Amino acid sequence: MESNLITEDKQKNKLEKAFEILKTMASKPSGLIGLTIVLFHIVLALISPYIAPYDYKAISPNTMLLAPSAEHWFGTDSLGRDVFTRTILGGRTALTVTFFGSLIALLWGGLLGIFCGLVGGKIDDVVMRVVDAFLSIPWILAMLLIVSLLGTSTEVLIPALGFFYGKGIVRVARAATHDVIAKDFIVSARARGHSNMSIIWNEIIPNVRDAILVEGAMRWSWMLLGFSSLSFLGFGVSPPTPDWGLMISNARGLMSFAYWSVIAPIVGLSSLIIGINLTADAFAKALGIDRSTKAPV
Amino acid sequence: MLLLILKRIGLGLITLFIVSLITFVGVEVLPGDACTTYLEREAYGAALDACIKRLGLDVPAYERYLDWASNVVRGDFGYSLSGEMPINEVLGPRVKNSLVLASVSILIGIPLAIVLGIITALWRDKLPDIMISTITIFSMTIPEFISATLLILIVAIWLGWLPGIVIIPSDATFYELLSNIILPVVAISMIMTAHMARMVRSSVIQVMASDYVQMAILKGVPYWKMVFRHVLPNALLPAINVVALTIAWLLGGVVVTEVVFNYPGLGRLVIESISNRDLPVVQALAIILASIYVGINLIADLMTLMLNPRLKSLQIRK
Repeated sequence: MESNLITEDKQKNKLEKAFEILKTMASKPSGLIGLTIVLFHIVLALISPYIAPYDYKAISPNTMLLAPSAEHWFGTDSLGRDVFTRTILGGRTALTVTFFGSLIALLWGGLLGIFCGLVGGKIDDVVMRVVDAFLSIPWILAMLLIVSLLGTSTEVLIPALGFFYGKGIVRVARAATHDVIAKDFIVSARARGHSNMSIIWNEIIPNVRDAILVEGAMRWSWMLLGFSSLSFLGFGVSPPTPDWGLMISNARGLMSFAYWSVIAPIVGLSSLIIGINLTADAFAKALGIDRSTKAPV
Repeated sequence: MLLLILKRIGLGLITLFIVSLITFVGVEVLPGDACTTYLEREAYGAALDACIKRLGLDVPAYERYLDWASNVVRGDFGYSLSGEMPINEVLGPRVKNSLVLASVSILIGIPLAIVLGIITALWRDKLPDIMISTITIFSMTIPEFISATLLILIVAIWLGWLPGIVIIPSDATFYELLSNIILPVVAISMIMTAHMARMVRSSVIQVMASDYVQMAILKGVPYWKMVFRHVLPNALLPAINVVALTIAWLLGGVVVTEVVFNYPGLGRLVIESISNRDLPVVQALAIILASIYVGINLIADLMTLMLNPRLKSLQIRK
């Protein structure tokens, strides 16, 4: 009975804490702007299939390259498809892929990092060498290789992105674990006879969670950048999926007289990336983590 | 000190060895070998046999790796499948072109980043800082292909000042290159400068808050003398490592920028060789790009060691 009360209390505390962090983030203009943009994009991604005025893949020779008008707010592209429809649906693609990708990256990167930090010694050395080696292959080459050998589909893209953006999280999680592991409460948990699993779950994870989450938030924006770059190069999602990178690369050749079909996805993608970045920065500051001197590796 | 340098070089070599293993094993493990991937639907009969013979795919994988690795160490990357010529000949002009692009961008980017970083740090939270910081945040978060596309749209199409797309053969001369790389250089150095300026800024701010700078202020050292004598040397040192990591990270961005501007460098070769499914070239590129990354980091490590007397004595004591 009593333990129940304590957990309930804890839950409430967690919610309150989360709310407080949100409040701190929104108290500065940059954080507020970031949160607003991200929220706007998420809501838009959720409702876009219901509010899209046209079919995103309906090709029509009669409506090719129309300038923005009352019927077509953002004009039409070279195949006569409505740019507004494709732009709002493009956010859905980008957010879905990068959300699941970041989740995978957080999970495997975080767990491997904590494991390495905990065991130390030879295993740690070897794993970190391999992670370093993976870090030194430019991400774009590795991603292109995987995609070209396994094909372009979200089932390939999401795990591949998750894998390559997770390797940086390994380092952060490992460093954070190293910081925690020498502290007294770990030693006393050991002395109380707690198992390794229980120490990881109850002592280490609560203490390294913030650092890993902040890193994950940053990775999210880089992953979005990487994913749309891949699409732009023709190695991301395949047409006719509405995707910003793909839209920009298709419309680029015609932008001297139909700039609207390139401007709309550019605004969509740039605003989302800037929004995520501002949010991640505010998140880091609210948790008291300084990222400003870190290299983007 | 010497031992430490040797150790760093050794670690770099081990990293490269693992990279070569990863790329080799990756190509082995993923479905399809170099020949079936390259020939696609024509992968049967005589053509397949000939290709397998030529690449030596009929010998066991570990033998092939040893063979390939020993050739790479001697500087021979083998034959390109699509170009039908030695990979070294394909790579040569591309490496040169990318080097020109990268070094011009770095030469412009690093001094600019230091100046901007110092300005934003010294006028922290005042108008110059707010303006420059906003611009740097924009230019470092927006993807390379977007800023490059916007540059073409605004400078080349709307204003008509410069050609938007580079039309030069891959063996163009140095002067032909220089006149064509203005927009690509702007696109690359914009992002690089933004990243580095931010690091210089926070580094300078940290040093400005340190005890010895406070001491100098209290002693009445003139402001600018203090900035140049006490703050900058201490602030720029830790930035070197971070700058190196940033440059290495931007290799991926260079690939995209080269594609947008149609620039005949290593980056476009990456895309071309992958589109042509030319796996030997891809492997060679992986090793070369990884070597650049490891090399830049090594140089940065060594520079920090040499420039920082404290680290030196620390290592000797160890």
